[in-house]
Amino acid sequence: MFRRIFFAALLGGLVAGGIASAVQAVRAVPLILEAEVYEEAAETGKAHDHGQAAAHDHEEDAWAPENGWERTGFTLVFNMLAGIGFGLIIAAGMSLAGHSGWRAGLAWGLAGYVSFVLAPALGLPPEVPGAEAAPLAARQLWWMATAAATAIGLALILLRGGATGILLGLLLLALPHLVGAPQPAAHGGTAPAALAREFIVVALVTGLVFWAALGVLTGAAYRRLSAA
Amino acid sequence: MSTGRTIAAPSVALEAATARWPALAAAFLGLVLVFGVGFAGPSAIHNAAHDARHIHAFPCH
Repeated sequence: MFRRIFFAALLGGLVAGGIASAVQAVRAVPLILEAEVYEEAAETGKAHDHGQAAAHDHEEDAWAPENGWERTGFTLVFNMLAGIGFGLIIAAGMSLAGHSGWRAGLAWGLAGYVSFVLAPALGLPPEVPGAEAAPLAARQLWWMATAAATAIGLALILLRGGATGILLGLLLLALPHLVGAPQPAAHGGTAPAALAREFIVVALVTGLVFWAALGVLTGAAYRRLSAA
Repeated sequence: MSTGRTIAAPSVALEAATARWPALAAAFLGLVLVFGVGFAGPSAIHNAAHDARHIHAFPCH
């Protein structure tokens, strides 16, 4: 059972991570690089008097991959690792629910997209480097809580059902947004607003492609491995 | 009607419970991987995973 789940997730994660990396390399990475030019200009222009935007991990001594193939390679590896991780969650959920096949996989992938991308993005939109933001730890906590609440909420509505399940599920879906995401004192950042907006669209579309591919491939592979 | 169910229930429940462990272990491994990619603190990991984090809309920086 574990092997079936693992190899389905491995296949789904590797391929979906590869597809997402290709889409990103064309659409998203140029935006990140452009935003970094503004970010670095702002950092060297004025001293670190401006809080969040300047005070992050661009310390000169920290190792970072060289721009170009090295950076692209690491992005590919981490996209695949994220794909395998999310794929394991999908395949495990499908196994517990007794689902398999690409159609069910697509539904699980879309539910994953809503839980891990759309719901967190409602409060914390995808950001280009150099954006103003609330303290990192608070945002990470809200992100995790929102993803978990949304995933459990969707499971209650779609898998458990019934009046209680639907009511509890809706409550869980709404709760993170009633609490509200940690927000910066002032919005904005070093990159132009148009660039930041374009990045949100690109990240959300890339995320949809990634999750749809991950769900379809993991679901199909899980059925194939179950039959074998 | 109800007797059949009560007799079958324990073994079915036991089977379901043992069948759950591999899936739960897989889900846990998945969470560990996702946390590693999205939230690991050290600067080197942050910088290597940087673009992937931005794309998956993990809170970054």
